[in-house]
Amino acid sequence: MSTLKGDPALTARALAPISSRRRNRLTGSGTTPWLFLIIPLAFLIVLTYIPVGNMFWYSLTSWDGLDPDMEFVGLGNFVRIFTQPEIFQVFFVSLYYLAGAIAQLVLALYFATLLSFKTRFRNLFKGVIFFPYLINGVAIGLVFLYFFRPGGTLDALLAAVGIHDPGQWLGDPSLVNISLAGTSVWRYMGLNFVLFLGAIQSVPAEQYEAADLDGANSWHKFRFIILPSIRRILGLSFILAIAGALSAFEMPYIMTGGANGSETFVIQTVNTAFKFSKVGLASAMAVVLLIIVLVITAVQRRVFPDERGEES
Amino acid sequence: MRSTVATTLKYVSLVVASLCAIVPLVTIFMLAFKTDQEQRTTGPLTPPSNWLNFENFVTAFSQGGMVMGFINTGIILVVSVAGTILIGTMAAYAVDRFRFRGRKLVLGLFLLATLVPSVTTQVATFQVISALDLFNTRGAAILLFAGTDIVAIYIFLQFMSSIPVSLDEAAMLDGANRFTIYWRVILPLLKPAIATVIIIKGIAIYNEFYIPFLYMPSQELGVISTSLFRFMGPFGSQWQVIAAGTILVIIPTLLAFLFLQRYIYNGLTSGATK
Repeated sequence: MSTLKGDPALTARALAPISSRRRNRLTGSGTTPWLFLIIPLAFLIVLTYIPVGNMFWYSLTSWDGLDPDMEFVGLGNFVRIFTQPEIFQVFFVSLYYLAGAIAQLVLALYFATLLSFKTRFRNLFKGVIFFPYLINGVAIGLVFLYFFRPGGTLDALLAAVGIHDPGQWLGDPSLVNISLAGTSVWRYMGLNFVLFLGAIQSVPAEQYEAADLDGANSWHKFRFIILPSIRRILGLSFILAIAGALSAFEMPYIMTGGANGSETFVIQTVNTAFKFSKVGLASAMAVVLLIIVLVITAVQRRVFPDERGEES
Repeated sequence: MRSTVATTLKYVSLVVASLCAIVPLVTIFMLAFKTDQEQRTTGPLTPPSNWLNFENFVTAFSQGGMVMGFINTGIILVVSVAGTILIGTMAAYAVDRFRFRGRKLVLGLFLLATLVPSVTTQVATFQVISALDLFNTRGAAILLFAGTDIVAIYIFLQFMSSIPVSLDEAAMLDGANRFTIYWRVILPLLKPAIATVIIIKGIAIYNEFYIPFLYMPSQELGVISTSLFRFMGPFGSQWQVIAAGTILVIIPTLLAFLFLQRYIYNGLTSGATK
């Protein structure tokens, strides 16, 4: 690598006469770029665009996934989704995950701010808080099945402080979603935390020194230096958290399979498709979710323009 | 005085957070060394009487299909990561180094695809995989992992735009054609980006559950996620064996984290923000 980076001024001068020609040189050459693109594009179309296109088409039929004839039912599936309460009400389960996601962002911001100041054992704390994010989802599911089971880790901890018979964490419909959303917070908080910490630490140290000279306290530093530096990543994380809450799937699917009122919209969608073979209805549900996610993303682009350009 | 209180509060909250992260894992770790009898009679917070009781690990390995799981995950991981790198670098090279008709459209197609949440589209992707006759083969997972990774393309695109075009031109003056430039000049210079993609993609594939679960239901095609998931049936009441299997799955992740810490942090930062 080192041989490539000569004196930048020299390189610039060497390039100057070519730069007018460069455009031409790198233009043209007809089919060559397509030779490089043919495989990536084929995959993109076959594995992303054809499924999405088909999904829209299936959503207008009552297809069962096998029958060679698909019966066209128009918007019937969509009418069912919005009129049958048992289909639509699972969206309320998302509210638990949404609350969890907000708690997760607040915690991540709190710990990222703490660790951005001088701290003993900083790397150790950072590693420990982050590590859960890397663990296999099924392993996390099993760890927390044991954690929440009657007589499990949580009950033992509560008994140690004198609370007995706290209830069935995963068996009681009024508790199960809180337990599952809590597991999601445990799993994903570390990622937000590391992203926030990275953004805070990219602020040049001089800014803090200047703030010290001006007599700023920690709150001032948080409010006027840290918060503006992570505004963008915070916005992006918030949008991703909403999308993630609406499409919560893995933790509840692994831990309860959707039992006891823990069924989420995505669990219901895949069960409708693969357990009950109602591909048409399931496709309509997937289309609804896709549209919601696209709308949320569009809002994000509007509120935080140039996200890509600035983050990179 | 105020700062002492603040400092105390800070360390207290850090220690509490660390305990929250560690305690659920520690109890599973202790459980993995307990005997069946012990598991039934002692509480989760009691350490095992014999820390050298590896019986549960042996059971998990031999009867739980973990060996097969690690082999399948290994094969799928290596092939998919290699595929992701080739596909991603080729796409990025074409888009970054050529100006051609339809370039904007191609870029837009890749961009739009990042917005599609993949779990839900499986409803329709399933039909494509069936039509390609890949259902219940490792090919299904490999194709989906390698063929739908658009984030990798963005990481390569970003990195490639920082490689001076003069290098391509110098090589071209020496008589190299576009393929030689891609293979001999660009690919070696992309090493740091390739390392990032290997790490993010490697972790993602090692942890992926739903794709192998949906497309590879047969027992001998179990990857570590699905093999571990199947522990819940036969070992339902033998929590100590489930714990041992869980620990076996977590150990490689822990080792990777300890040795590659810095790269993982950097990789996630560049990957998550796309």
